[in-house]
Amino acid sequence: MSDLSKKRVTATEAPWARRLLIGVALAFILLFLVLPLAAVFAEALRQGAGAYLAALREPDAWSAIRLTLITAAIAVPLNLVFGIAAAWAIAKYDFRGKAFLTTLVDLPFSVSPVVAGLIYVLLFGAAGWFGPWLAAHDIKIIFAVPGIVLATIFVTFPFIARELIPLMQAQGNEEEQAAIVLGANGWQTFWHVTLPNIKWGLIYGVILCNARAMGEFGAVSVVSGHIRGQTNTMPLHVEILYNEYQSVAAFAVASLLALLALVTLVIKSIVEWRHEREMKAAAEMPPERPVLKEAT
Amino acid sequence: MTAASLGVPLPGAAVPSRGGSKKVLPGFNLTLGYTLLYLSLIVLIPLSALVFKSFTLSWDQFWTAISSPRVLASYRLTFGASLVAALVNVVFGLLVAWVLVRYSFPGKKIVDALVDLPFALPTAVAGIALTALLSGNGWIGQYLEPMGIKLAFNPNGVVIALIFIGLPFVVRTVQPVLEDNEKELEEAAMCLGATRWQTFARVILPSIAPALLTGFAMAFARAIGEYGSVIFIAGNVPMVSEITPLVIIGKLEQYDYGGATAVAVVMLVMSFLLLLVINALQGWQRRRSGGA
Repeated sequence: MSDLSKKRVTATEAPWARRLLIGVALAFILLFLVLPLAAVFAEALRQGAGAYLAALREPDAWSAIRLTLITAAIAVPLNLVFGIAAAWAIAKYDFRGKAFLTTLVDLPFSVSPVVAGLIYVLLFGAAGWFGPWLAAHDIKIIFAVPGIVLATIFVTFPFIARELIPLMQAQGNEEEQAAIVLGANGWQTFWHVTLPNIKWGLIYGVILCNARAMGEFGAVSVVSGHIRGQTNTMPLHVEILYNEYQSVAAFAVASLLALLALVTLVIKSIVEWRHEREMKAAAEMPPERPVLKEAT
Repeated sequence: MTAASLGVPLPGAAVPSRGGSKKVLPGFNLTLGYTLLYLSLIVLIPLSALVFKSFTLSWDQFWTAISSPRVLASYRLTFGASLVAALVNVVFGLLVAWVLVRYSFPGKKIVDALVDLPFALPTAVAGIALTALLSGNGWIGQYLEPMGIKLAFNPNGVVIALIFIGLPFVVRTVQPVLEDNEKELEEAAMCLGATRWQTFARVILPSIAPALLTGFAMAFARAIGEYGSVIFIAGNVPMVSEITPLVIIGKLEQYDYGGATAVAVVMLVMSFLLLLVINALQGWQRRRSGGA
């Protein structure tokens, strides 16, 4: 044991170097991550809890919160169904063009949010492809809720699929095949065999998708039209308040979004720890590398 | 993104095809059909609208729209700031990943979880928070401004916002590779007389280089398209601190759909190229970790 740990010590840095590196890394995290987060809450509470709560009681703030929740409630389930379907098709079968399809699924990640909004304006806006037809039938998509939902779906499109595809590929097909051979139908196989296997990846994808859906700014800003009380999501409402120099109100709404981010991070960490634990239990290798034990 | 931390305990473990046995599973037509339909409706058809719209412009119109001095200045800022931010993220992202993998210190798990904050925090919130910190009367800005250092409402602010946005990409691509690294190689290098620094430069760095490059490219790609966090802190002065996505919005607000489309096509082409580069880099990384 002591022999082992001595050997480990040689393959690391001198204590002063270690402390220096940890110090610099923590200072960077503090400056770039902790301080902005703290600033949100500090600015929101600058004039006390009363002003904070008053800002959140505004009807416009409420309608922004409602619209954000509605948008996420539509976008996340749609992308969830798509994510499962895409992962099933891509991970469980071989077909030509699979790599290309996977790239296309990832595409919305690399498109600028502003461009994502613009493409729907070009399709459904007054001067767009379907604009005249929509106007004739009195349907509003751009500068209305459907456009916001569409833009949000686009921006969050790959989140769940790209969590599930590598996970299902790593797990292979054996268990599903066994279920089918034993007489289960496709739905039963998915429900009782596949779903329990992918549940952590699924939750992980859903919470990240949800965080982005509720927080999306650029794409939504292009299609929303910024009509107060009607087409304002929470991030857009933050912008309007901020530009009107209502700093406390802006940061109050922003603090709700920051709380959402913190909750997302907590759930994400829990999911990761659970997953890790299951992986370890599955691997059945109790004596993990001694370094890891020391580390905790 | 962070798929690596969940889904890639077995690198490159795509199941090799076993011929007919795969066809046992039902649902191929249904799931692939739905995937293609949804992909077409949400992504492909709308994106093609952008391309077709750009065809309605004459070459001259297109060229004028994408090469006016104001637009050129916005490219310079967007690409320049993204490059600087991605490089900073490579250095500090590697440092954070290294510290998280190799050392133990109190609060390590919290720091590890916090690294993903830029993924989870809405960009507009990040934008106003950074502005509140760095503007002349902010927590940090009030000390820097008297010294003549201005970090908000100019290109510096753009770089800082993009560093914030890009940080998790480098950390999360490098971290799993560092975790899988075999310490034996380093110990061998030490035994053969290498200094710690030589070991790092000759043994560790080459093994994480593909991951580092992938993280760099992802942070860069994300930074180029970023809008929400930047516009609050940039000041948005044309020719000085106006980013390309904002130019598109400006053209849209003047109902110049053709001009907005042209600039958007330029951005889209850049995103495509970066996506191809990232895919190639990830392939390289998988082969590396598979062969090691």
